[in-house]
Amino acid sequence: MTFKKAFAAAMVVATASVGASFAQAGDKLRIATEGAWAPFNFIDASGKPRGFDVDIANALCEKMQAECTIVTQDWDGLIPGLKVKKFDAIVASMSITEDRLKQVDFTDPYYTGGLRYVAAKGSKFDTSRAALKGKVIGAQRATVAGQYLEDNLDGVVDIKLYDNNDAVYLDLKAGRLDGALSDELPTYEWLKSDTAKGFEYKGPAFAKDDKIGIAVRKGDELRQRMNKALQEILADGTYDVINAQYFPFSIY
Amino acid sequence: MIELQGFGDQLLAGTLVTIELALASLLVGLVLGIAGASAKLSDNRIARSIANAYTTCIRGIPELLTVLIIYFGATTVLMAVASQFGYDEYIEISPFAAGVTALGLTFGAYATEVFRGAIQAIPGGQREAGQALGMGRMQIFLRLIMPQMWRLALPGLGNLFLVLLKDTALVSVIGLEDIMRKANVAVGFTKEPFLFYLLAAFIYLSLTIVTMVLVHYLEKRANRGLERGI
Amino acid sequence: MDYSVIAQYFPKLLEGVGTTVELVLVSGLIGTLLAIPLGIARHEKNIWIRALPYAYIFFFRGTPLLVQIFLVYYGMAQFEAVRESALWPYLREPYWCAIIAFSLNTAAYSAEILRGALDSIPKGEVEAAQVLGMRKPLIYRRIKLPRAFAVMLPAYGNEIILMLKGSALASTITLLDLTGMARTIIARTYTPIEIFLSAGVIYLLLSVVIIWVFRIVEKRLNPQQSVKIA
Repeated sequence: MTFKKAFAAAMVVATASVGASFAQAGDKLRIATEGAWAPFNFIDASGKPRGFDVDIANALCEKMQAECTIVTQDWDGLIPGLKVKKFDAIVASMSITEDRLKQVDFTDPYYTGGLRYVAAKGSKFDTSRAALKGKVIGAQRATVAGQYLEDNLDGVVDIKLYDNNDAVYLDLKAGRLDGALSDELPTYEWLKSDTAKGFEYKGPAFAKDDKIGIAVRKGDELRQRMNKALQEILADGTYDVINAQYFPFSIY
Repeated sequence: MIELQGFGDQLLAGTLVTIELALASLLVGLVLGIAGASAKLSDNRIARSIANAYTTCIRGIPELLTVLIIYFGATTVLMAVASQFGYDEYIEISPFAAGVTALGLTFGAYATEVFRGAIQAIPGGQREAGQALGMGRMQIFLRLIMPQMWRLALPGLGNLFLVLLKDTALVSVIGLEDIMRKANVAVGFTKEPFLFYLLAAFIYLSLTIVTMVLVHYLEKRANRGLERGI
Repeated sequence: MDYSVIAQYFPKLLEGVGTTVELVLVSGLIGTLLAIPLGIARHEKNIWIRALPYAYIFFFRGTPLLVQIFLVYYGMAQFEAVRESALWPYLREPYWCAIIAFSLNTAAYSAEILRGALDSIPKGEVEAAQVLGMRKPLIYRRIKLPRAFAVMLPAYGNEIILMLKGSALASTITLLDLTGMARTIIARTYTPIEIFLSAGVIYLLLSVVIIWVFRIVEKRLNPQQSVKIA
């Protein structure tokens, strides 16, 4: 039976290639981050994920005495990936929102952010709803900034949604966007760089009660362990040391 | 001199991942292609319709979607199947495995048609001759059909491999560290899109050239008996 | 599977279909117009006429479409000269960048298909036309191109389907085509399997429609062939 044999062979190879490793959930944790959200998480020239989120994740793992691997995953695949157990936690500067809480659980916040517009220096860019009318505004897809635009300014501004924040900056610089909406702190980092010459914050930061947490699967006891570890690094000063490496002010 | 800001090594590492991915997918795809062609040419109606559904679906759905569906969906499906057998632990599918599965499925669907055409191009008389010599079905397939099928299928398979090579760029969306993702990371870091995407383009071009040379060599080898005979 | 999500967001997905169809039609048209001179140049014997189109086709067939889109969209925009040129009002729009990348890409593939078809025309037909005193342009217009179009139709149909699938990459440069819409919906609902599968089914239906249209055109263009077979 030519077909049956060939088919059987195909199944063997296909199964082998899937490499179904039957992982046991123990003290080995896989933590996902995005890698395109400097200075919180980014990939350096040696290909390693680095940044505030990565340092916090490693500090927590040390307290929990867990062996952690940090993996990177495109932003819009993070929550779907967590749900299908591609990884155990997301430490990627993710805001705690009601929409997300329907999908995943969050730890206590580990820092607080806010939204802020950025546009070319000297450009007429007023952040009131009326003044924004007709402007082309960029933001990252599936972020608080992107959804703020969709929820509040749909039909008022021309919304462009990007796969990552680096792409937003590229298009801001290329002049395709009149302005961008993003989290205040990553923009703070970008504005310090050479490529950001000629750009500045526009208007004050808003939505400042933006609590950033670590996402875990619903009902996972990892949440309690992480909360406990978070309290520990806050108490023993580890957090402050990490904070100081990235920002001259406290972001907690 | 071009300033790569330290990302040269990264691109090289990405190139290796791309090559590994392409070769692994080729292997899976070839097996699926032969199985698919056998199914399409078999007398079994169920086998034929499964093979038809497979090639129709894969050839009509964008590769990007296939990759995403496999990445997010395969775990759920596998775990559902496993739990039927009483296994409830988590089954992990790495981005690499998901990429190989998706690209292998795609290659296999197109290769099915190539193999089918090749098998059909072999005169029926040869099969009868084999039967007259008392060869079994498997023997006929392995000793008569297969060697000739390769020769006839090679040009088509070569083209498919070139397509596969380019499709590997799509797996960057599920986090595999291939050429494309390394280029994306470099662009994010340096804000030099033109340089790094052009560099990526030239790496893919070089891989294409290498493949073309190899396929040309293989074709020559496969045809060597033929040239002498005529 | 959560079917209510599919029902709720299906109209949104259909909005994306419009963009997808538009992208395929517009770039298919531009691509074909570009492919005709390119294919003819590749068919000609003069090496100087052949060389440049060859390089063009080689580049676009040897690199991933994703790289090409990024080069056009992010790469070009990096240059001051491009941003100050008269073309910038077009190049700044993701829509036109997608059209440019898709058109250039499909032109390269279609040109090769056209060349193959032109090469396959029997010499005798061309010689007959020469004997009748027809000049080259007239031979192309009256004999070679009409014959080639009929021959290349099935292959060209496949190319259009490949472009439909390639158009999914428009979502990577902010366009809300079918895939872009799917990804934006998933950003809210976190149900990748349901939404991507629905999008996949829609793509499948679109490619069935394309196959169907090409079958009708083929019957009209090659009636003599269907008669011969019958």
